[in-house]
Amino acid sequence: MEPILEMRGISKSFHGVNALADVNLTVRPGEIHAVVGENGAGKSTLMKVLSGVYPYPEYSGEIRFMGQERRFKGIAESEAQGIIIIHQELALVPLLSIAENIFLGNEPARYGVIDWALAHRRTRELLEKVGLKESPATLVTDLGIGKQQLVEIAKALSKEVKLLILDEPTASLNESDSDALLQLLRGLKAQGIACILISHKLNEISKVADAITVLRDGSTITTLDCKDGPVSEDLIIKAMVGREMADRYPPRTPKVGDTVFELRDWRVFHPVHTDREVVRGLNLSVKRGEIVGIAGLMGAGRTELAMSVFGRSYGRRIAGTALMNGQPVDVSTVSKAVDHGIAYVTEDRKSLGLVLADTIARNTTLSHLDGVSQHGVIDEGREFAVANDFRGKLATRCAGVHQQVVNLSGGNQQKVVLAKWLFANPTLLILDEPTRGIDVGAKYEIYSLVARLAEEGRSILMISSEMPELLGMCDRIYVMNQGAIVAEFPAAEATQEKIMWAIVKASQ
Amino acid sequence: MEQTILTNPAPVSQRMGHFLKQNLREYGMLISLVAIMVFFQIMTDGTLLQPLNLTNLVLQNSYIIIMALGMLLVIVAGYIDLSVGSVCGFIGALAAVLMVTYEWHFIPATLVCLLVGGAIGAAQGWFVAYFKIPSFIVTLAGMLVFKGLALALLHGQSVGPFPDTFQKLSSGFIPDWFDGGELRLTSLLLGVLVALTMVVMAWRTRSNQKLHGMEVEPMALFAARNSVFAVLLVALSWLLASYKGLPNVLIIMFALMVAYDFITSRTTIGRRIYALGGNEKAARLSGVRTERLAFYTFVNMGVLAALAGLVFAARLNTATPKAGLGFELDVIAACFIGGASASGGVGKVMGAVIGAFVMGVMNNGMSILGVGIDYQQVIKGLVLLAAVSVDVYNKNK
Repeated sequence: MEPILEMRGISKSFHGVNALADVNLTVRPGEIHAVVGENGAGKSTLMKVLSGVYPYPEYSGEIRFMGQERRFKGIAESEAQGIIIIHQELALVPLLSIAENIFLGNEPARYGVIDWALAHRRTRELLEKVGLKESPATLVTDLGIGKQQLVEIAKALSKEVKLLILDEPTASLNESDSDALLQLLRGLKAQGIACILISHKLNEISKVADAITVLRDGSTITTLDCKDGPVSEDLIIKAMVGREMADRYPPRTPKVGDTVFELRDWRVFHPVHTDREVVRGLNLSVKRGEIVGIAGLMGAGRTELAMSVFGRSYGRRIAGTALMNGQPVDVSTVSKAVDHGIAYVTEDRKSLGLVLADTIARNTTLSHLDGVSQHGVIDEGREFAVANDFRGKLATRCAGVHQQVVNLSGGNQQKVVLAKWLFANPTLLILDEPTRGIDVGAKYEIYSLVARLAEEGRSILMISSEMPELLGMCDRIYVMNQGAIVAEFPAAEATQEKIMWAIVKASQ
Repeated sequence: MEQTILTNPAPVSQRMGHFLKQNLREYGMLISLVAIMVFFQIMTDGTLLQPLNLTNLVLQNSYIIIMALGMLLVIVAGYIDLSVGSVCGFIGALAAVLMVTYEWHFIPATLVCLLVGGAIGAAQGWFVAYFKIPSFIVTLAGMLVFKGLALALLHGQSVGPFPDTFQKLSSGFIPDWFDGGELRLTSLLLGVLVALTMVVMAWRTRSNQKLHGMEVEPMALFAARNSVFAVLLVALSWLLASYKGLPNVLIIMFALMVAYDFITSRTTIGRRIYALGGNEKAARLSGVRTERLAFYTFVNMGVLAALAGLVFAARLNTATPKAGLGFELDVIAACFIGGASASGGVGKVMGAVIGAFVMGVMNNGMSILGVGIDYQQVIKGLVLLAAVSVDVYNKNK
């Protein structure tokens, strides 16, 4: 069968640096084709070439789509041909309704007057196709991230999509939403829609992909065909990183001491709907040198719990006691929480963790400016030295600590956030989805760092939606559901099935 | 990497190019100002830089620059203050009522005025920082309120003249201790001293950076930049010294400029203001007390607007209901010409000062050339747009 898309010998450079060198990608009709690679391997650049963000002749090579050579000059042209890309950062307008979003720029209208009845009817049809049970009039801001993802796909379907490109679609989804999305992709495949799936989640890829193309350093390493049976994750990882990855988690021997941090009967109410209890009388404890995980579905209240502890950054009417080394501590503002040795590494590094336009050095010292200043005057030399020190310790890849963080890859940005909090020298480090959207190699580096911190005697509280990560790293795992702890397992006893079972049982 | 920078330096020319590119903005601004000055100096047959005109130039722009210092902080923090012109006028009126109508001594009157300015800033800052009302709206309201209050205070009439001692604030010059005849030696010496201090300070900063292995400005650039600055400073003080000496207000202005440059670039407060404007949520989660910081930024703005109001009133020697009209536009324009970003987090004090001087030199030069007030506005508007366009273009490149 003739391929629907053939990209041959694609090269693209930025200021003399090769981002893509002679990349080939062939997608057959009705195929789910996964593109994997570490951050910076060239996946996004390749998709930008395909969708016309980088128009010809900014790249060299040949793109054939539906049997013809194409040279797209912009997204509008590629969309007209049925190539639609859904970015990781969703492009929906929060305060418009689902129907308005789906038909934005493409409204069914006569003489500029929109036929809302038609728009809503077609929206309902599309929502049915993607399996989303919501009214077309619902505002997008009222939907969870998983449902927003479905709206994006419905929007793509409204445009007669022939090739759907999904960039990290499940990065911020919980397991059940991810499964639903993958199921939907299989459904689209049955309707003959081809799909390019960019993802770091290899277990999902091996579930749905028909073929896998691995990129490394801007070149095609291999294309694996999944027709003759599933491809092992180890094989993919080996191709991605170019080396054997014996262990995905660093080895460590826990040295657990006395209880350092404790929460007693912690209660938090929703900031807007103030009668809704988001965290309901929760107790937990973390010991010295211990890595404690919190598992749970999205919306279980894990981030809300962490942020409420960290200077009441979330919620209203917060009640309960926080204890540090057995003494009740006041954590009512961020600076007080930091003074008591608590640090919180946010799940949303771009909007909550970093000042993107600032340099690595300035971001590193922001939470502990006292450490590089005297009487309120900053010693820039010392700041530079501190930032450089962390850059070395964390192996942050950058041109220099005076580089703006906005230009760093996700993994390196995360390292800057970690450096910021390590400089504050915390006793308890709360990590919220510390490896979200980060490639395999950088993940391992972050795991190693976390293990090293625990070894130094720091206590780690790790929130994650990736269960293998919790099982691989933690000494003890709490399972949280609907604002309460519903189970607790020592690492040795925990399995994915047990955790899911605890969640399901609690939900009933 | 630290080592590689030290032991394996790139060719000098390449490093110079790299550094110029990184700091294009600052050098570019300075070069544009010099170019504009040269242009008007030639077009006006040398009138622009005559001692008398130069003194006027400083006096005319002093209140804009004083307010631009505060406005820069407000803009960097991610806000805007539209009320400064009205506050300036209102404080001038208040000063006139206190000193002329009630015959207060100028010292308590000045203090009260500055306090009232701070209180005005606090009131507006409270609405912005704690009540979360957009600063555009709060200060738009303030603009109307204080314009009205100034009118009410003065009963729609001009009040003056001020006591002589108060006038000295704007029209006075520093005394001359030496008998230098034509030349005011004290003023000249002061200028030389300041120039020397600046060079020494710059050298010390550079050495400290080098000590910590930081990438420093290439020697040639460093020398060129500092000698240009020093020569300009000395030349300026020499020119002023050949007229009546350094104006008092120039001393105030210069002290404030140095202080605010230091605060923004070297202190934790300054750093936190940049973080607040760059990403308020991230700043708050890093332990910055964002609300309090925003509040004090407005208090500071209020005090500086009051000071500018006093300087302006002293210069006119009378308070008029129309004083301060439209000042906010010049002040905001100065910040944006100087490279501040409307979305916050970016901007430099020296940029705003240069921006104010660009506007000031153009005003002055065009007036000498006899360009009407109508086309002056058009040209100023286009310069603002051009400056910001160049900025955006460079950023996107």
